[in-house]
Amino acid sequence: MNKIWKKYRFLILRRLTQIAIMFLYIAANVWGWKILEGNLSSSKVVDTIPLSDPYAVLQIFAAGSIVGANALIGAFIVTLFYMLIGGRAFCSWVCPVNMVTDLANFIRRKGGFDKVEKKWWASRNIRYWAMGLSFIISFLLGTAAFEIVSPVSMTHRGLVFGMGFGWAAILTIFLFDLFVLKNGWCGHICPLGGFYSLVGRFSLFRVKHNQPNCTLCMKCKEVCPEKEVLFMIGKKSLSVNMGECTLCGRCVEVCDDDALNFSIREFVKKERKK
Amino acid sequence: MNNSKSLKEGEEMGKNKAPKNKERRRFLIQMAQNVAIATVGGLVWSAFVDEAKAAPLLLRPPGAKKEKDFISLCIKCGLCVEACPYDTLMLAKPGDNKPIGTPYFIPRDIPCYMCDDIPCVPPCPTGALDIDSVSEVKEGKRVFDITQMRMGVAIVDIKDCIAYWGIQCDACYRACPLLDKAIFMEYRQNERTGKHAKLLPVVDPDYCTGCGLCEHACVTEIAAIKVLPRDVALGKVGSHYVKGWQKSDERRLKGSKGIQTTVTPRSKKSAVESLNEGIDFE
Ligand code: SF4
Ligand code: SF4
Ligand code: SF4
Ligand code: SF4
Ligand code: SF4
Repeated sequence: MNKIWKKYRFLILRRLTQIAIMFLYIAANVWGWKILEGNLSSSKVVDTIPLSDPYAVLQIFAAGSIVGANALIGAFIVTLFYMLIGGRAFCSWVCPVNMVTDLANFIRRKGGFDKVEKKWWASRNIRYWAMGLSFIISFLLGTAAFEIVSPVSMTHRGLVFGMGFGWAAILTIFLFDLFVLKNGWCGHICPLGGFYSLVGRFSLFRVKHNQPNCTLCMKCKEVCPEKEVLFMIGKKSLSVNMGECTLCGRCVEVCDDDALNFSIREFVKKERKK
Repeated sequence: MNNSKSLKEGEEMGKNKAPKNKERRRFLIQMAQNVAIATVGGLVWSAFVDEAKAAPLLLRPPGAKKEKDFISLCIKCGLCVEACPYDTLMLAKPGDNKPIGTPYFIPRDIPCYMCDDIPCVPPCPTGALDIDSVSEVKEGKRVFDITQMRMGVAIVDIKDCIAYWGIQCDACYRACPLLDKAIFMEYRQNERTGKHAKLLPVVDPDYCTGCGLCEHACVTEIAAIKVLPRDVALGKVGSHYVKGWQKSDERRLKGSKGIQTTVTPRSKKSAVESLNEGIDFE
């Protein structure tokens, strides 16, 4: 039991947060609970504190509209949180799509799919292109462009307000990640993930590698959804500073040799010395 | 397409001392590929977005801005939907064929009950629902006035409204929260019987809020009174007609140079003269 907890502690905590957040949204719509209302695009916490998706708000700006104060404050709070503390934690601790893509990745690993498809054929920078494009299209067409096609919004909005054909989008992502491209959606395409990668680039919470402990088993790289960020494994004691790290903690919990741990970002000077 | 790959191959090339401009060419080609893919993707994406945002026939929640601004502002959070105690509002789902995620209502199913305190408007975080359009600040206090909202306007289908057949029905009239203002009954003689009156529902767009209580109440199989978006249902006179019997409207003529006519050799004489010219009247 203890061993399971040790091996999966962050995974369990993440699933709990993800499910709890969605549950509170659903409870707000079904039973009128006032803890967390709305959805991940914009919400109200205990009927007072606004939270908004800063990427959606930026798209609305690009579309030529000035959003109201609540959406602005909400976007500001969320941005500040991820910028200072959370990094890209939205992706692994909040976003419900993460459960779908993690499942696809899990099946891939267990099924040995990765061995068949070894070559990377798509750039992990597509998401930044997609993000740029979304602003251009929002500007040209006067509406938040990614929000109209976003499978992320379709999922969290669908869970709370009715899915419609939204399940098709989720299934598409699942199959794409399972058969076409490893970590295809979250690791390559999703502009929201890209946005949070940029916002959280300098956040305080970081994973840190302790090279002397590393036995080069490479279990961490196997589970990491963004394995480029682990380039230092076995080479150098560095913290995982690339914004793409989702702070999921999978690498930390699979490492049997205590070579990876969560830490607070070190100051620049200290890093230079090493 | 692939940066990490290109880097690696670039390194290998460096080791083989391959000519540098080959590397540069590869880089330029990759750049061109990226731009081409982004352009094609962008065009498909735009076409889809353009298609998906057009929905002129939707009824929006109370206080909604003009459709164009509304579509641009609404962040699709559903806070308005959750605030409505009657479950009037819904968010468009994928497959509904409506701008995805935006709130709307179908009055025949559940109309808007015109709550005095308008719970649905203040929660809107983006201002897509404009609180100022349904309230006033009086002495530092916000006073809501739901009758100010203009979600749509009710239109009567006079062929299928049974009151226009001469059958007595005033279901819509009695359902209207603004009865005798937004909807009133007009008397007309029933020419078929010769001795009865018809009581006909007529809507005044100046007062109708588009709540749809009338549509909800209508007794015919498909409602003979329907709420449509105002942009769709209402016309516009334009500035070239003046209500000469209204002082305020007449004032619009002030400063105009009067009616300008084109002068031709014929128009020297009066119209009657000119038309009758050359006709022998005896
Ligand atoms: S990359 Fe996109 S879909 Fe994946 S977890 Fe992050 S926000 Fe969600
Ligand atoms: S580096 Fe570790 S925490 Fe970051 S994404 Fe990879 S597995 Fe998750
Ligand atoms: S005014 Fe009342 S009934 Fe009408 S949409 Fe708002 S909350 Fe619902
Ligand atoms: S509350 Fe405002 S932003 Fe949210 S769904 Fe309703 S209209 Fe859109
Ligand atoms: S929609 Fe019908 S019930 Fe509502 S104000 Fe207009 S006429 Fe009255």
